[in-house]
Amino acid sequence: MDILNALVAFANFVLVPGLTYGSQLALGALGVSLVFAVLRFSNFAHGDTMALGTVMAILFTWMLQSWGVSAGPLPTALIALPFAILATSVLVLGSDIVVYRFYRRAKAKPIILMIASIGVMFVMNGLVRMILGTREIQFADGERFLLPPAAFRAATGLAEPLAIRTSQAVSVIVAVICVVALFWFLNRTRTGKSMRAFSDNEDLALLSGINPDRVVMVTWIIAAALATIAGTLYGLDKNYRVFVYFGMLLPIFASAIVGGLGSPIGAIIGGFVIAFSEILITNAWSKILGYLTPEGWLGDGLYQALSTDYKVAVSFVILIIVLLVKPNGIMGSK
Amino acid sequence: MRNTLLFAGVATLFLLTGFFQSWNLALNILNLALISAVMAIGVNIQWGWAGLFSAGIVGFVALGGVGVALVSGNPVAGAWEAGTPEILSALVFGAIAIVLAVWMQKKLPKGSTRTLATIAFLLVCFFIYRALLDPAVMAVEANDSSKAGHIGGLGFNSLWAWPVGAALAGAVAWVIGKVALGLREDYLAIATLGIGEIIIAALRNEDWLARGVKNLIDLPRPWPVPYELELQRNPDFTDWIGLVNADPVPASAIAVKLLYAGLFAIIVLVLLWLCERALNSPWGRMTRAIRDNEISAAAMGKNVKYRHLQIFILGSAVVGLAGAMMTSLDGQLTPSSYAPLRFTFLIWVMVIVGGSGNNKGAILGGILIGWLYLAAESFGPMIMGWLTSVLPAGPVKTQLAESAAHMRLLMLGVILLLVLRFAPRGLIPEK
Repeated sequence: MDILNALVAFANFVLVPGLTYGSQLALGALGVSLVFAVLRFSNFAHGDTMALGTVMAILFTWMLQSWGVSAGPLPTALIALPFAILATSVLVLGSDIVVYRFYRRAKAKPIILMIASIGVMFVMNGLVRMILGTREIQFADGERFLLPPAAFRAATGLAEPLAIRTSQAVSVIVAVICVVALFWFLNRTRTGKSMRAFSDNEDLALLSGINPDRVVMVTWIIAAALATIAGTLYGLDKNYRVFVYFGMLLPIFASAIVGGLGSPIGAIIGGFVIAFSEILITNAWSKILGYLTPEGWLGDGLYQALSTDYKVAVSFVILIIVLLVKPNGIMGSK
Repeated sequence: MRNTLLFAGVATLFLLTGFFQSWNLALNILNLALISAVMAIGVNIQWGWAGLFSAGIVGFVALGGVGVALVSGNPVAGAWEAGTPEILSALVFGAIAIVLAVWMQKKLPKGSTRTLATIAFLLVCFFIYRALLDPAVMAVEANDSSKAGHIGGLGFNSLWAWPVGAALAGAVAWVIGKVALGLREDYLAIATLGIGEIIIAALRNEDWLARGVKNLIDLPRPWPVPYELELQRNPDFTDWIGLVNADPVPASAIAVKLLYAGLFAIIVLVLLWLCERALNSPWGRMTRAIRDNEISAAAMGKNVKYRHLQIFILGSAVVGLAGAMMTSLDGQLTPSSYAPLRFTFLIWVMVIVGGSGNNKGAILGGILIGWLYLAAESFGPMIMGWLTSVLPAGPVKTQLAESAAHMRLLMLGVILLLVLRFAPRGLIPEK
């Protein structure tokens, strides 16, 4: 029995990655959820918006690096983020003007808007591939570790190391800042309140003089910003590859639906539910259990419920269970 | 008249490819385009007839491929002794456990006890299932792992595999339809997106099934199609080729592709005939009535959920058939080639461009977009090379040349958006 080492191993393999991935998913799910609340369709292009935002962040990072600008121990991409958000917002707003606005004015069915978002997805995917190709790009710089494993071992004298990478810490902190800012915006500012009113009851909001075009514009800007941040954080953490972002579409949708589509708090809860379920189920528990059981007791199995390749199955099963048991999600009402 | 012109236009595209590039390429594209047309028919059954949005087409295409691997793949010596029966029994056990869990949900009184009991039951079953499956899988994968390491196929003719592939896709569609139909339409889309990704993940990782990413090659050809080498040795063929004074090697390749094209064209025509019959029957009118107004159809006593399930299974089975045809054509099963962009969303573009709800439209869209997608592979770099010929050699030129290969995605997106906006009923609108 060695509870301390087991706890450290748990933190290292489950808690820290779970918090990181959960923050990234929550940011992605917030974007999907907001678009759904205000524009009332499931945006299939969100994954590729994230990829586009990340590409912008990478381009601006390279530009800053070539000028010799850096953020010291932090990744340069953090300085590039505002510029990337600006560029992505412009492109996303462009997609609204060129594509979505027509269907909104024509009061088309949500599924038509969804199909239109597939068209936008193709265009964005094509753009992203034309700019950076399909190769893997590592763009994280600065210090690699906030807490290097060797330093932790030296400080505590434990056999099991705990490592916190800078990208992991940055993910969690940036996500917290974004969420606080978003909630402040939605609850305290006039524009935020008008957005919530518009999402609750469109007709009533129009009657009380809320400008729908403005609400929609602000929604797209926030969605683009969240997508850029989520995508960049994920890219810093696990390197950029264009295919990965399409693969994130399902966990992101699952997070948003599990929490309740249209509910910001729900999206955050959903993000962490999905992230931790994925990691708990695909984690190999042999190491952690090894500290808790007498030696030689476990044999040499991995104690892994599902191989990591089936991550997607975890979010899918949770999604299905929620849809069957509580179709409106944990926080949903509509 | 308009339809004839449209089909003639598409045929011209293939003729032009043949004349200006090569007949080999034109026939390659034609074969894949015909398969795409079958997929488009399947999606049209779901979307055009009943308004069901499935985003997991790629999974059903892959299932068709699995059907071919299992039915017509070469048998693997020693696999049966190593553990195929154990794998099958583990799978049967898993299926029974799930059926029992569903039955428990139905029979037991509602409440948290039921939920907990079901979860506990499923957990226990999962561990038993893994205990049954894992050793058998290890044994099968260890059997001749450099060349085989999978359970192998039955070695039947590939034609038999096509209905099996369709049935496999239909069976999975039944399971997913039972769960996801009856929810909001975008939930169905997201659930099917998930099922598609899971099927691909399984295909990639379950080496015992079809060798996973190690790829299964040398799948036999369907019945009337010979191998090129056989054809070159066949005196009848060489005599006939001698008459027209052609080189037997490329001629045999063309002959093989023509045979495939004929086979696929027959399938497309048969499916078209069946679809037209179905759509113009009382059953077809009912499905359209359900699509146009579910509530009033339900009020007329139509079982909307059951009909949706039926159509979802039918459409998925047709997609599975196309997947099986494609694997037979390729002669190999490569899990990494099943990309959702290519096999889910591209098929959607075909249906919407062709005209959703119209069977001929789906076929036209399938062949046209199939041609566009595949021809652009060689066209894009050519046009880009021509455009950038004035630029001096350098990083900009290389970047542009590389990007040309990805231009077709952008182009397809633009086409989808333009059609959706300006001709939402497609090239051949529904009557």
